[in-house]
Amino acid sequence: MRRSCTRCAALDTWSVTALVRLFRTTAFKLSLLYLAIFAVGTGLVLARLGSGVQELLDRQIKLTIQAEIDDLAEQFGSGGLGGAWRLESAITSRTLQPTSALYLLTNYAGVPLIGNVAALPEGTLDRDGIVETTYRQVGSRAPHLALARTVTLEGGFHLLVGRDIELRERLLAAVGQALITALICIAVVGLLGGLYVASRVLHRINGMTATAKTIMAGNLAGRLPIAGTGDELDRLAENLNAMLERIAELMAGLKQVSDNIAHDLKTPLTRLHNDAEQALRGAREPAQYRAALERIIEESDGLIRIFNALLMIARAEAGSGREGMTDFDAGAVTRDVAELYEPLAEEAGASLSVSIEPALPVHGNRELVSQALVNLVDNALKYGVTAEGRAPALAMADAVAPGASPEPPDGPLPAEQGDWRARGEITLSARRVGRSIEIAVADRGPGIRESDRARARERFVRLEDSRSQPGSGLGLSLASAVAHLHGGELRMEDNDPGLRVVIAIPARDTVALPGKQPPGAP
Amino acid sequence: MWSMRILIIEDDAEAAGYLVKAFRESGHVADHAFDGIEGYSLARDGNYDVLIIDRMLPKLDGLSLIGGLRSQKIETPVLILSALGQVDDRVKGLRAGGDDYLGKPYAFSELLARVEVLARRKGSGTAEDTIYRVGGLEMDRLSHKVTREGREIPLQPREFRLLEYLLKHAGQVVTRTMLLENVWDYHFDPQTNVIDVHISRLRSKIDKGFDAALLHTVRGAGYMVRDGAR
Repeated sequence: MRRSCTRCAALDTWSVTALVRLFRTTAFKLSLLYLAIFAVGTGLVLARLGSGVQELLDRQIKLTIQAEIDDLAEQFGSGGLGGAWRLESAITSRTLQPTSALYLLTNYAGVPLIGNVAALPEGTLDRDGIVETTYRQVGSRAPHLALARTVTLEGGFHLLVGRDIELRERLLAAVGQALITALICIAVVGLLGGLYVASRVLHRINGMTATAKTIMAGNLAGRLPIAGTGDELDRLAENLNAMLERIAELMAGLKQVSDNIAHDLKTPLTRLHNDAEQALRGAREPAQYRAALERIIEESDGLIRIFNALLMIARAEAGSGREGMTDFDAGAVTRDVAELYEPLAEEAGASLSVSIEPALPVHGNRELVSQALVNLVDNALKYGVTAEGRAPALAMADAVAPGASPEPPDGPLPAEQGDWRARGEITLSARRVGRSIEIAVADRGPGIRESDRARARERFVRLEDSRSQPGSGLGLSLASAVAHLHGGELRMEDNDPGLRVVIAIPARDTVALPGKQPPGAP
Repeated sequence: MWSMRILIIEDDAEAAGYLVKAFRESGHVADHAFDGIEGYSLARDGNYDVLIIDRMLPKLDGLSLIGGLRSQKIETPVLILSALGQVDDRVKGLRAGGDDYLGKPYAFSELLARVEVLARRKGSGTAEDTIYRVGGLEMDRLSHKVTREGREIPLQPREFRLLEYLLKHAGQVVTRTMLLENVWDYHFDPQTNVIDVHISRLRSKIDKGFDAALLHTVRGAGYMVRDGAR
């Protein structure tokens, strides 16, 4: 018994809070607002109807009264006994008919002579025009309302003709009743409708809230329910779902990145640690310590470079490179990079050629585009020069990346001439394709399998074939981020044989970059 | 080696202490201020050759400090140190009146080389000279002609600019990043020895076939053009 009561109370509390929540919904409040508007509207319509009816009846009654007065006055004529008699008989005959008409004839002192009116408020007979007055009919107790007009005839007689307006009053009362009924109906239907709509909305919102809570609790795969009605709540849910999708993607990317960072930074850190430990254990001479310390500095420099590259990618992806954007010629940037790398390529046993169309205006961050291009050329030198095409010098040049920078021997490095030159062929090109400017770095190396291409641009991803080469796996990631920052893309294509990496960005004269000022802005 | 007077305005006591010690070991005089206000009054009153100013400082930030000094017509060269190593930050720093910009973390050798270049710039007017001479090497900046001991050395335009920069700072260490910034106008690190190869090409042109080398590699720091005979 007590148990069921507790449950009762609990249920009560629950339903009260649920009800309160229902009342608080926007849908319910809107329903109340509509309810009020409809009520006022209905009231106005009925009031207008009432007043219209009253006006119409009044006019009709007034016309009738006037007609009768004219008629009776005519009967009376110029007065005299004949006129009085005619008037009396006319009134008598009319009062005998079952109508709502009022007749009263008095003498000059106001003493009733004939008619069907038993009582009138004092002074009524002296008032001019048609007046609304109470009266009591002969043979009746209850006072009634009437419209009446009094005229004074020859000889001081007062003739009052009127019409009972009880019907009009009843009509007005009926209209008033209808108004009240209508208001009650509107209130009831409106409240119920409001509650229904509110509860429907609340139900869907509750569904969304519940999902949101599970997502907050860690179920990142959760998605908001969609009713399939295509209404605004559905659209909202769809957009929120798209947002959740994007967040989940980013989270996955972030997780992948942090996993990779942890893994890829562990390797150089371990090397650094080992170098220090080994120096402590084994070194005897100051020179040995010095060498160990230099190695350690090189390792830590390498780590810093990796961090810088990561930061740069993150900034490019966040779009923060946009402030430094200017107008420049993509061809000039390409030529500069080619010129910077030409001696290195030659030493690496590769030929570096350029093919640049004139007038390739782009709007962007020159530094970032140069850096992206430098990364691509770097990759081409590292992976695009096949083993048989590799000059001895390249191995030496590569050994320093990314961390170390040992001094090259004074004097030029030996450059061997031979068949391998054809294999180590790197081409930098810049050209216009439709509305895009395409800057490409092509090599004759082993290339990247199509299935690996998407993965190759992820951070820290180093494909199996490239593991033997030093590198951080960040070069293509940065190039890709830079291309995206400029509203373009990074493509990897077959160079038959070899790899062609293309940075395609919109040409300056055709497309405004997303979120950038219109052309001509500084 | 001459001695510079350097003021370091840096709120990180450990970093500042390291710098002061390192500069003193390199034979220079280094003072230290912890915040922007103290740094400002020291920089205004002291006769320093170079100011090293951190961008983030308590009381008065680095860029405002520089602006204040410049408005007082104090033109002591300023090197800005910043953890914000981005190109845009660098541009802002230089626009505020800084003369050079170095992102953290940096190698001390890099900082030293840059500070020495800045301090030297204050005194000598080498930037205005039309002819640079080191040893038997002569560069005519107007006619773009380079000769060594009367023999003309043909140079590519970029090689000319590279040599020009080295000669302008003859006797001073020039780092790879300084060359990248000033000769190629790149403010990122290509992570390879690409500069070394350019240097070795240039070296083969100006030093090959002559007794004394002019273009020297400074281990762990960079390069220097110096008259080897003296």
